[in-house]
Order: sequence, then C-alpha cells, then structure tokens
Amino acid sequence: MTVNGETKSVSIDPRTSLLDALREYMGLTGSKKGCDHGQCGACTVLVDGRRINSCLTFAVMYQGQKVTTIEGLANGDQLHAVQQAFVKHDGFQCGYCTPGQICSAVAMLAEAKAGCASAVTADLAAANVTLTDEEIRERMSGNLCRCGAYPGIVEAIRSLAEA
Amino acid sequence: MSIIGKNIPHDSAPGHVSGESVYIDDIAPSRNELLVDYFGSPFAHGRIKSLDLSDALKVPGVAALYTYKDLHHNVFGPITQDEILLVEDVAEFIGQPIVVIAAESRAAIKAAKAAIKLDMEELKPVLTVAGAIAAGQYLDKTYKIERGNVAAAFASADHIIEGRFVIAGADHFYLESQACLVYPGEYNQLTIHSSTQNPSEVQHVVAHLLGLQLNEVVCLIKRMGGGFGGKECQATHPAVMAALVALKTKRPARIVYTKDDDMKYTGKRHPYQNDYKVAFDSEGVITALEASLYADGGAYNDLSTAVLGRSLTHIDNAYYLPNLLAVGKICKTNFPPNTAFRGFGGPQGAITIENIMEEIAVYLGQDAYEVRRKNCYGVSDRNVTHYGQLLVNNTLPQIFDELSQSCNYAERVTAVKKFNAESKTHLKGLSFTGLKFGISFTNKFLNQANALVNIYLDGTIQVSTGATEMGQGVNTNIKMLVADEFAIAPEHVIVMTTSTEKNNNTSATAASSATDLNGSAAVNACLKIKERLNVVASNYFAGREIGIGAYSDSIVYEGGFVFDERRPHVKLTFPELVNLAYRERVSLGERGHYITPSIGFDWSVGQGSPFLYFTNGASCSEVLIDRFTGELKVERVDILMDIGKSINPGLNRGQITGAFIQGMGWLTTEDLRYAASGALLSYSPTTYKIPNIYDTPPVFNVDTIDNDCTVNVKGSKAVGEPPLLLAFSVFFAVKNALSYVSGKEIATLVTPASGEEILSRLTEYKLKAAGLPFTPWPAEAGSVLQRAMSRAKGYSLIQDSVSAATLAEGDTIKIPVTVNGNGAGNGEEPLNGTNGSALKASEDEQELATEAAI
Repeated sequence: MTVNGETKSVSIDPRTSLLDALREYMGLTGSKKGCDHGQCGACTVLVDGRRINSCLTFAVMYQGQKVTTIEGLANGDQLHAVQQAFVKHDGFQCGYCTPGQICSAVAMLAEAKAGCASAVTADLAAANVTLTDEEIRERMSGNLCRCGAYPGIVEAIRSLAEA
Repeated sequence: MSIIGKNIPHDSAPGHVSGESVYIDDIAPSRNELLVDYFGSPFAHGRIKSLDLSDALKVPGVAALYTYKDLHHNVFGPITQDEILLVEDVAEFIGQPIVVIAAESRAAIKAAKAAIKLDMEELKPVLTVAGAIAAGQYLDKTYKIERGNVAAAFASADHIIEGRFVIAGADHFYLESQACLVYPGEYNQLTIHSSTQNPSEVQHVVAHLLGLQLNEVVCLIKRMGGGFGGKECQATHPAVMAALVALKTKRPARIVYTKDDDMKYTGKRHPYQNDYKVAFDSEGVITALEASLYADGGAYNDLSTAVLGRSLTHIDNAYYLPNLLAVGKICKTNFPPNTAFRGFGGPQGAITIENIMEEIAVYLGQDAYEVRRKNCYGVSDRNVTHYGQLLVNNTLPQIFDELSQSCNYAERVTAVKKFNAESKTHLKGLSFTGLKFGISFTNKFLNQANALVNIYLDGTIQVSTGATEMGQGVNTNIKMLVADEFAIAPEHVIVMTTSTEKNNNTSATAASSATDLNGSAAVNACLKIKERLNVVASNYFAGREIGIGAYSDSIVYEGGFVFDERRPHVKLTFPELVNLAYRERVSLGERGHYITPSIGFDWSVGQGSPFLYFTNGASCSEVLIDRFTGELKVERVDILMDIGKSINPGLNRGQITGAFIQGMGWLTTEDLRYAASGALLSYSPTTYKIPNIYDTPPVFNVDTIDNDCTVNVKGSKAVGEPPLLLAFSVFFAVKNALSYVSGKEIATLVTPASGEEILSRLTEYKLKAAGLPFTPWPAEAGSVLQRAMSRAKGYSLIQDSVSAATLAEGDTIKIPVTVNGNGAGNGEEPLNGTNGSALKASEDEQELATEAAI
C-alpha cells in the first residue's frame, strides 16, 4: 500500500480496518476515530483521490492503492490550499473532526471540478458545477463537527471554490 | 498596537489542519502497555447475587480483573459524596461498572467480558421524573428562591396560565470519547493524561479512591476533542479505572471508551419537567411566577445541585419577575448521573420563561416580541433579579430594540402571516428570544485561579494555567493577554499543557469563565514580573541619560521594545531587558493568583450577587415547516450579543455560532430514546442526530454591540455558554408556526421539536380542527419510552369560550394541567406501552369537558 507517497508494508489481521491500520500500525494518528461506524466522518482519508470512511473498510482491500491521509496533504512545510483556508477562516474549534473535514473537502472540490452532481444540483446534465453555499453544505454533510464550526468550514471551501 | 482585539488564529491551528495535534489516544503506546475496559451492569437497577471471575481470569491476554474490593475508597462525588464507582451490591444504572478489565488486546477484553459470570436480580427501576416524584426519591434537598408576595399577586391577577414544560436531555457527543492514559512512576506516583476539563478533579478522585496522597498524582491535559461539560466530572471514572490498573500492575494503562459506550453509559444534559403558573396583566406584563423545577439527576448527584441552582437563578432569563416563587428538586432516577452540559441548567430554567412569553402572547393575541419587550429588565428600574442582584449597565433593552430593527422583525411577522395564509404545503414561524447569562461559578470558592509565567533568556515565555483547551480558544486568549502585557509578538508565548504539577487546586474549565479567571491570573503574574523588570529598566535608562531619575512608573512596553516614556528614543528590546534582569539576579518567573471580586450567594435565603456580570443577547429565527412531513428548516437567524470587548473577535464569533448550532440540535433533532428497560436506543450518530453542516442556517447574521464593560479582564465578557440559549428562538419559531394551526389551543411542544414531534402536533391540530379525536402515536404512548413525555394541555377554554374581557376583576382562569403518557398526574410508573396515553388523553378530555361545563 502506498501511504502519503511512501510504500508501507504491515502484517495485520485481515479484519483490521484501514483506520486502525493507519493509526496503530503505521503511526499515522492524524485520522481520527469518532463513532467508528462510518457516520461522523472524522476518519475520512483519500484512496486514489476519492474520500472514504477509513473506519468502515478493511485495510487489505487497498493493497497496491494510493492512500492519502491528512499527514500527506502538505508539501513539506507548505500547507495544502484547503489546510490554509481552514486556518484563515476558522474552520475548526477542537480540531478532532478537522483532518476528516479537510480530506473530505479536498476530494469534494475535485468531485465538483469533475462535474459530479450532488443531491441539490439543479441540472444533473450540466458539465460544470457551481459550488454555491448550498452545494458546499450538501457535499460536506457527511462530516460532523460537534463544535459547530460549520460557518467557517463553508467560508473556507467557498474561498477555494471562488479561486 | 495592542494585540488585544485582533483576530489571530487559534494557537493549535497549524496542528489541527495538519493532523499533528495530539489527543489522548494519539499518544504512541509504550512498551508493556495494557488496555483497560470494564464490565457493567446489564440492568438499570439490580442486585448482584453472585459474581464469578475465575473463567475470565483464565482468558489468554487478560492481565488482571478488579472489583470494588481493590479500591481504597469507592464513594465519591464533587458536591455530595454519594456516587459508587464500582458496584458493590446494587447497581443504579445500566453500564455502571462492576469489573475493571486489563488486558493485552481488545480481543482479550472482549473474551473476558464474555467469560464473566454475573448473576443479578433485576429490581424495579425509576425511569421518569414522575416516577421519582411518586416515590419521593430525590437527590439533595429542595432549593428555593422567593421574592415579593406571590399569593397576593395571584389573588389580584388579571390573567393566569398554568402549564408544564418538558425538556429533554442531550448527549454531549464530543467527537473524542472519554479517554485516559496512566503511567506508573516510582513508589506510588502516577502520571495521568486525561481528556478532562478538570485535571484537579481527576487528581483528587484518583488519589481518594486509590488511597494516594494528592502530591503523588499528576494529571495533564494538552487538549480535548470537545468537552461541552461532559468531561467536567465524568472524566474521573475512566481515569480511576486506568489508574487502578497502572498502580496495581505497574504497567502503563490506556482506556478509551467507544462512542457507543460513551453515549450509553455517561451522563447527559439534565431533562427537566417544569410546572409553572404565571400571572399577568392585560398588557402581558408578568406580575407573578410560581415555578416548580424537577431535574432528572440520574442515579447520583454529580453536579446536579449546582445545575439546579443555575436553573433557579436563570428562570428569569431577560425578564423582570416582581413576585416569584421558584422551587427546585433533583429527581433520582436509574440513569447514568446527569452532569454539566454547556449552559449548566441555565438553559432549562430560561427556556421555561421564554415558553411562558410565547403563551402569554397567544393568549392575549399580542405579538410575542412586544410581550417580551414589555417584560424585559430595565436600565434604571425593574433591574434587580429575583435573587437580589442589581443589573449594572443593563444592555438588554438596547439589544432588543436594535435587533428587532435590524432583523426587520415587524415586517417579517406580516410576511409570515401572509405566507401561512397562502401556503397549503408549508408553515412558517418566527420568534425573537432574549438572553441574560450570569458569569461566575455559583460556588464562590471556585472563582479563583492561578497561573505560572516563566520568561526565558531569549525573551520567550511559557504560561501554564489550570484552564483546559477544548477548542474554545482559551489558550489563544491567554497567550494574547500575556503577549500584550510585555508588548511582544504572540508567537513568543506558548501556553503549556495543563498540569496539576504546575497549577494546583484549580477549578474546572467551566461556567464560561476560563479566560476570565485564568487569563486574569496570568495577567497578575505578568504584572508582578513587570514590577521587577521596570526597576531594572529604569535604572538602566537613568544611567544612560543624565538628567532623568530612575522612575519605574514611566517604563513603557511597546512593539517589542521597552523604554522610558520621557526618553522614548532610547530603547531596549524585550530580550535585552530580560538578559539585563537575569544578570542583576532578578527572578524571571512568577505565579499569579486571581479571585473574582464582590460575589456571593446564600442558598439558605436564596439571595445574593453570585455573578460578576451578565452576558446578554437576543436572537430571531425564522423556520419553515413541511405540513406533510413535519420537516423543519431553519431559514434565517439573526443574533445580537453584548460580549464586551473581545480579546479575539474571531474566536468569539466561532463560539457564538457553534453554541447556537449546538443548542439548535438539543432543541430540534437530538432525540434520546430509551427502551422500557432504561437502555438508550439512540446511542450512535446513526440514530442520534446532531446538527450537520446542512442544518446550518443559510442566513446567519451575527453581530455584537459596543459595550465598555470594565469589570472583567480587558473589558471582555465570557461567551462559551450563553449563545447556546439563543437557540431558543428556533424552538419558539416552531411553536409560533404551530399557533397558526392550533385553533383554540395554545400549541404545545416538547423538546426536541423533531420532525416527528412537529408532525404529531400538526396531525393533532388537523384532527381536532375537523372535530376528530387524536390518538398519540405509539412512540409517544410509551412503547419506546421517552424520558419525559408529558405535555401541557388544555388551553381550549381561553380566547373564544372565555373572553378575557368578560372576566370580572380578580377572576382567574383555571387551566387544568394534566399529563398523558407517563401518568405523572397520578404518580404511576409506566414501564411499557400498555399504559398508553390514548387512555389518559380521553380522561384529560373528560376533565377538560368538565372544566368547560363549569
């Protein structure tokens, strides 16, 4: 498995979730365990650029694939644009859901760019998606934030959608 | 020039966005570490007949099993010492720990749980407030606040409404569950990393239950992944279990609750059942209020006494109550002990009077804002609370007037009326609610803090306080306060991990007061250091500039430099001054202590001035309801607050919107549903719905007024809890919407105003309008037991049948208050759906009919 650009090899029980594999066997504790039921989104990571709940899937299913976690988004000391936007717009409070929010936002922006429709997209056939606040909110609704930092999250993502 | 009032990012911002921020379970496992979990009671109430651990001890990978016999003490509690940690004989709630399990792996823990042989006799549990009242089962004594002559006011009242307001609990749902990691040290010393809002309490309870001296236990907390009150007291339970294992086995021990277990077995916001009787004149001005507050305390007191106290002191919210009798009791039920939750009982008191405001308006056919405005506390008169505290610099009337203007309240009421008259598919509602929240712990001795400030030779500073960081930004505030004192860049100040080793006997990070108390203590420490540095600086500048004497009062810190204001061109950098002081052998570290001045309260008379000041505000919410599904959308929210002068406006804004959203969840979507056994059914985000980003109001206007409040540090005001109460406006907007369809009745609504509750009310009023009987749905009738499901009933007599104008002076309208579902009216204890409310409802109707005939 390639994790954040590095080839990782671990011996694990085949029932180990991707989240546990990352946290407990690879020392990548940035991805968080919230509900452990795939409902809160704190464990969101990217597999070949797509966002998934890593607590709800087995690590062995991703042999040979590219996994990106929150630790792999920055380029050295240069934070990823989404990470910078979250800092600028106060897109967090306690920070526990933040790695999942950011991974989710990265993939979500890519999905929108690729023209993927959401439940609130009016024209399903349209080639381009305009990320209105409603679109952003719908597309990010799988990531819970108990602190309610949602206004900041919307602002952060909007700043990138506009850019 | 000052950093105060600037929007600098949260001090953990880079770590939060990069995943570098460390929470308890992110700390790498150490060699030999054990995992800890526990085996708890399967019954809400039950007696242990036998417990056999022999098989469980043989499970491979199990290191140890402990029971109450392994504890030095087993009884504890922050206010009254009534809580049993590990069941000895009788379990009082589902999941109450019986056996502590220490093992090498999660698989071994699971196997051990399966191998424990427990024979337990199930006892009858008490699972409702009504049941506890019927059984006379209370925790602690009855508390009371009284003012004026209530009896006389009711005797001469123009109008009276009686009712019952039922308030549900809520789960904290901090994303990071309770977690603790304990390292054994030499002799009996323990180092505890706990996700706690109150490290001193963890230290105290661990030491007490394990028979250690306080100085043998160090508790540290870098940050929490959310707390909201849930980690004020209840972080102690996992900490003691892990500490027991570490102490006995001499191995590091880690415990992390699963989200399911955390939700099922830890305490919640207190549900309340509040009975009220209010007298008011024809203008809607309240002349008297009688309120009986029944808090569901759960099995043990925990913080219930203090929570109830805050309900009683906040029963007025923003409104002047000239005559009042408020009585509060804490019901003992067989649920996990309910505990602190943002607002700490204040919301459950204040929402009651807001409910009354809404009902008075409907009763008199007046606008609810106008009724509220008439009852609002005054600036120069009607400005003393029911417990005798004078409102100094009361900004409520200003806030009411400004917000009602800026949100176009009047025009929007007209628009809502028009919409409801025209739309066959949707209903709209609009409500404006107020907020006055007292700041300080109501227990006077808790209003103190200490801080440690250490300056290093390069001019950088470490600050340590008892405040704990859970996202609210207290560390950023403290960092800014310290940087401001020395006029250095905030990057040169680090707020250290909170530790009982550096700050002793600290208060919980609670009551919104962490920055007030700990920030003030840090400033006091800085002032003491500055006193010494000023002497060094003045001597230096006097030596360099013939003609000015060494006068330490004229030393100025500005933009990273230090100078004598009489010779501002001669400067020292801050690190230069620090080095100079060091060579002069001047101490560069200091402890500051702070006590909140001029506060006090005496419960024996229910009078005093418990709060240093009040955080005020108001909000207006507009909601849209689908008439066919009951689906609720919050379309627009306007908030105006008085939070003084913000240390960091951006952080405060996050607190306001975040608390509002959290309050909105409590009052709309978060539905704690229990089985008849008392087991929580909605114990994960699959069934317990906290607000998500899509629930955020699309129009969300937040503003603050200018207020030169001078009593608190840098003129700031606390903001952590108060805005949660602004979410009342969402709930009452729903109630307002229902008033358009409820016919002759005052629409009643219990919290949460979930889609199901709203649809049920819509159905009820629709059927009644058609002259058909309404049978509550099975879920309401109790097959799935709601914690509180009584509902105020019986306003159909008013308005049409008995016109207020026809009443002779002194007449009162007796509104029968009866209860469906749980049989609170006759004290029965319902355990299943057979005691349904359909039966009761028909009784109620008969009672109503009787009253009407009279």
